[in-house]
Amino acid sequence: MDIEKANAEAVQRMMEARPIATTMAKAIEVVPGIHENMLLHAGPPVTWERMSGPTRGAMMGALIFEGKAKNGEEAEKILKSGKIEFSPCHEHMCTGPMAGVISPSMLVYVIENQTHGIKCFSNLNEGRGKVLRMGAYSPEVLEKLRWMESTLGPTIKAALEAIGGVDVRAILAKALHMGDDGHNRLDAASVLWTTQLAPFIAKTAKDSATAFDVIKFLGENALSILNPVMAGCKSMTYAGHNIEGSTIVTIMARNGTDFGLKVSGLGDQWFTAQSPVVKALYFPGFTEADACRDIGDSVITETAGIGGFAMATAPALVQFIGGAPKDAINTTMDMYEITYAEHKYFTIPFLDFRGTPTGIDIRKVVEKQIAPRANTGVAHKDPGIGQVGAGVVSMPMSAFEDALVAYADKYGF
Amino acid sequence: MTVTKVEIRKGAYYDSVILMQLQRSLTQQPNIVDAGVVMGTASNKEVLAQSNMLVSEVESAGADDLVIVVVGNDEASAQTALGKVDELVAARRGSGGAQDYRPRSIETAAKMLPDAQWVLISVPGRYAAGVARQALGFNKHVFLYSDNVSLEDEISLKQEAAQKGLLVMGPDCGTAIVNGIGLGFANKVRKGAIGVVAASGTGLQQVTVRIHQMGGGITHALGTGGRDLSEAVNAATARQGLALMARDPDTKVIVLVSKPPSSKVANELIQAARSIPKPVVVNFIGYASASRRVDNIFFATTFDETAELAIRLVNSTEDFGAQPDVSKFKPGQKYLRGLFSGGTLQYEALLILQNYLPTVYSNAPLDKKNKLEDSLVSKEHTIIDLGEDEFTVGRLHPMMDNDLRIRRLEKEAADPEVAVLLLDVVLGYGSHPDPASELAPAIASAINTATSAGRTLEVVAVVSGTDEDPQGMENQIRALKEAGAKVEVSNDAAARYVGRLIQAIERSSEKISSAVQVDLGAIKNPMIGINVGLESFTESLISQGAQAVQVEWKPAAGGNERLSGILERMKKQ
Repeated sequence: MDIEKANAEAVQRMMEARPIATTMAKAIEVVPGIHENMLLHAGPPVTWERMSGPTRGAMMGALIFEGKAKNGEEAEKILKSGKIEFSPCHEHMCTGPMAGVISPSMLVYVIENQTHGIKCFSNLNEGRGKVLRMGAYSPEVLEKLRWMESTLGPTIKAALEAIGGVDVRAILAKALHMGDDGHNRLDAASVLWTTQLAPFIAKTAKDSATAFDVIKFLGENALSILNPVMAGCKSMTYAGHNIEGSTIVTIMARNGTDFGLKVSGLGDQWFTAQSPVVKALYFPGFTEADACRDIGDSVITETAGIGGFAMATAPALVQFIGGAPKDAINTTMDMYEITYAEHKYFTIPFLDFRGTPTGIDIRKVVEKQIAPRANTGVAHKDPGIGQVGAGVVSMPMSAFEDALVAYADKYGF
Repeated sequence: MTVTKVEIRKGAYYDSVILMQLQRSLTQQPNIVDAGVVMGTASNKEVLAQSNMLVSEVESAGADDLVIVVVGNDEASAQTALGKVDELVAARRGSGGAQDYRPRSIETAAKMLPDAQWVLISVPGRYAAGVARQALGFNKHVFLYSDNVSLEDEISLKQEAAQKGLLVMGPDCGTAIVNGIGLGFANKVRKGAIGVVAASGTGLQQVTVRIHQMGGGITHALGTGGRDLSEAVNAATARQGLALMARDPDTKVIVLVSKPPSSKVANELIQAARSIPKPVVVNFIGYASASRRVDNIFFATTFDETAELAIRLVNSTEDFGAQPDVSKFKPGQKYLRGLFSGGTLQYEALLILQNYLPTVYSNAPLDKKNKLEDSLVSKEHTIIDLGEDEFTVGRLHPMMDNDLRIRRLEKEAADPEVAVLLLDVVLGYGSHPDPASELAPAIASAINTATSAGRTLEVVAVVSGTDEDPQGMENQIRALKEAGAKVEVSNDAAARYVGRLIQAIERSSEKISSAVQVDLGAIKNPMIGINVGLESFTESLISQGAQAVQVEWKPAAGGNERLSGILERMKKQ
């Protein structure tokens, strides 16, 4: 077995993956393994007892949305009862931001990695503020969800199909040259996304009022492309998964309770640790005491070589680390220390168009004791409140060390 | 007739500036007439069409596809240029904008300073060998300041370095000066013509400062680490250092300093130094040399004397470069045979040859253990005193009777392992009236014996006499020369000549060392260093005008032995 060869192959597959947003469909129709009594959530597996506030809140909201409960109280009772199965998004080729709850009748993007024929899925983005993914489930949150299912989703679906697919990797590559990191800052990418969709929305929407509402919503939401980007990144890293002998990380994810990762050469085993606390800037009226531990599948972007890893190309984000642009550069430089390759298609103008650090290598993480860093949003620890800040976070080292030990056991080192 | 080659990369976005630069680089490739590198938008296709590069494959490309078109004079050139695309794109990527970044590894530091040749290591001893191994892995020379590195590690590091043509100065190397830049502890010493190789830190410092104080200067001062001249390490670094100094055109005089070395290694190192066409001042503290000088080797006992000698030798006009030509000898010809008639001449020859040859056998040796079992049968290097009683029973002394010597001469000439014959011809009253009349034909015959067997025999004759001697010294010398002998009139000169000759034969037959020659650039290029450990070394390099980067080093896996053990095993696979 040749570790270098395995890693080169895994990373090569990750970089050559070309995710295309092709259409939208109900989760129950396309997501592998989901069923009527299942709710997907971000991060590694977790029980109701250990579940974080935002995840619980989002699950409650999802049950109300599904029509299985009338209110939060009733939803909580059902969720406690064990009648509903909880399963990580990642086990179903899905990714969900923050709480990442996807219910069977929600519409999901179908993102197809056309290089390797891998389909991944993610739900619609609700914008910032009080939203289900942050654990909010008030009537206005649910009302927005219903509009998204009845109007936003079908309109985008029609536009995507009329275009014949939108190349997510190409948008990201451009956006990295426009100040985006591809995770926490997606302002440019969301505009590029909207620009591609808008003419086709104008053409295919059922009336101009709908087209107006949808284009306005997409254009005003600086995160409108986040979910397709996450599913796109998942389709990249999954292409590098299950390469015998590879030490490359193919999943990192958190659920507000635990952090979990998977390694290409270690199959389906999760390696977990307590989810870290985000070093964040808080919205007015909130402090770290209000913060939920790190949460969401969005670190799949860092796993694919963007997000915090591409910080050097997104100097506008340095406010989150409370520092100078130099700190953004240093974050990216540190990530080069723990990655296997430099991305072929994602480049950083300020670093002489060097490729972004790509393919987290557990050997390098453990040897140098440098944990992968991510840019991320912060949810309130209690259900129903929503986002309270944003910042940077280091993934817990012990999960990488456990993975290395498991690797040594499996491969006899 | 040109050939057009196309590559389409689906969904590969590049900034247009990058694409224009790539296009320019492609057109600069050999035999390339034109190139177009664009995203496949409709307007870009029009641009390609204008320069006849819109071939059919390009038309199918979409706006998100990267289109690379190369027009070459022939198929191979176009294909080669296309194959270089990734390389050309990558060539642009350095570490621009990140100069202030403190790398966490030698790997990253090496990317930041691609021209760095040296890695300075001063981490705790138990980690030092691992870091040094990494540095060698990136083809860097190592200044290993750390101590408490095991002997096994030192040996294996130096073996690896030798195979790669790299230097490992140390472990426990406190000081060195490379191309005017001090590493570790070093004094500010004037530039000059003296190159120092030292297995002693303070020794190196003391010699270099005394050279400076006395008005001299140095080219380089290389440290080897205190254990380098032990038998186990076998002067691995000192040998490389000597060889470098030998090849360095600016180094006129070499100084070799060590605390008391293993006498075996000291001898070998001196032998190695003998082959250098430059004067070498040796100060092995406590090393007993038979003489103050052997050819180009000058022995000094104190640092002061070392410095003085070195400075004096810089201005010497003596030619230290003459090396005897031994290519004429056939492989297998390696021994000296001396046939003396004069007992004291033989004794002096043995004494002088001590400095050249480890063992010379004789019927009258300096050391009893080198006594021939049978005086009639030579063994390896042999010098016979034919004036000894055993040979003169019942016959005249060989100064008068050449018969025995002539027969022995013919016998030695027939020995295929013999390369050089040395004999004395003593003139004067009482000696044979015309020894050359008998010896010259014998020498010619001996040479002929060897020649007809495909060998070359060198015969050296010492003629001891004056121009007023009855035999006529000039005639004697002419006759011997005409017979093919090399004639000397000084026994000392003759002995030294054959000593050098035999040594040169030994060196030429030594099997070629597995060590790869260290590139002179190691010491001649401007110092660019990667420092792992004591931060003051980086500061010191920068204040001396060298380029340096400090690695933010931590022990592997934070010092966790289980994890670092796994990592180590994974590296070895």
